[in-house]
Amino acid sequence: MDTAVTAKKKWWSGGHSPFNVSYGKLMMWYFLMSDAFTFGALLISYGTIRFMSTSWPDPNEVFHAFPGMGHTNLPLVFVSLMTFILIMSSVTMVLAVHAGHMRDRKAVAKWMSWTILGGIAFLSCQAWEWTHLHHAGAWWGHNPFLNADGTVASTNFTNFFFTITGFHGLHVTSGVVLNIVILANVLKGTYEERGHYEMVEKVGLYWHFVDLVWVFVFTCFYLL
Amino acid sequence: MEHTHTGVAHEEHVHDSSTKSIWKTFWILLVITIFEVGLAFLYLEYGFMARWALNGIFVTLTLVKAFFIVAEFMHLRHEIRNLVMTVLMPLLLFVWFIIAFLADGDSWKNMRKNLAPGTPAPPATHITNEPAHH
Repeated sequence: MDTAVTAKKKWWSGGHSPFNVSYGKLMMWYFLMSDAFTFGALLISYGTIRFMSTSWPDPNEVFHAFPGMGHTNLPLVFVSLMTFILIMSSVTMVLAVHAGHMRDRKAVAKWMSWTILGGIAFLSCQAWEWTHLHHAGAWWGHNPFLNADGTVASTNFTNFFFTITGFHGLHVTSGVVLNIVILANVLKGTYEERGHYEMVEKVGLYWHFVDLVWVFVFTCFYLL
Repeated sequence: MEHTHTGVAHEEHVHDSSTKSIWKTFWILLVITIFEVGLAFLYLEYGFMARWALNGIFVTLTLVKAFFIVAEFMHLRHEIRNLVMTVLMPLLLFVWFIIAFLADGDSWKNMRKNLAPGTPAPPATHITNEPAHH
């Protein structure tokens, strides 16, 4: 566990973590950093291909549907809702971490449950969006959408879209699974016995990272 | 006993202030997102603002959002400098990755445009190629 921070502490003289966090938390940070490079590589390759293309499909033409609204043209609305859901679930996650600091088991369980619900809601939205695009004829290797200048587009657009949002969705899925495992432990009283709720913090770091990646995916695919 | 007590009291104080900062961060993220979507709609409806300026704003605001998520939600702002540096320094490689790859993509596009079949060759190339054909 972390120790008190004093101004003149010698961090590298041994006897304690020079990073003032537990081993598990530090490794979670390093894992997230490496995962940032994975997502970064995917997004940069998407950017490279987009920069090398003479024209590219207009996202507002492609992503304009909303469940139950038929053919009404609603660009950005659905993805904004997804963004809101994910930000909200990040907030409930911090509140769970907070309740953990207070050693309030009931509150941790409550906020973890909301976070899991938010994650499932986000995944459901993504499942709907993918299904909708699939019905429109879009998939890996198939791109029914024209470029913004009216020329026929390559399949780069759909390949990158499904690969990157799919990889992100996979992260959300494993985040939901991890959250459920941690929630089960909270309910069992494992962390109460252990004396701290640091596992909630670690899984929280992962969950916020998933939110962070979505912020970039949202910008790169829907805004730019 | 006395010591533990002050510890708990301190913890309570921290709890109070940081729940406030959690909600503050939430509102910042929400307002920025709404602002971005609003700008996107302005552009769609009225063609407001040049595309490059709009993209610049979107990228900047994305970085602002990323800062708040990492600093507040992931609590990195409150960690010691050693941890902040060991996590953030390697990410500086992205600066070069982004510049290099996007510039490469752009140059690729220019080559494809200038060297596509049917494109009139620039004069210098044309002259040097002439003798080879005859």
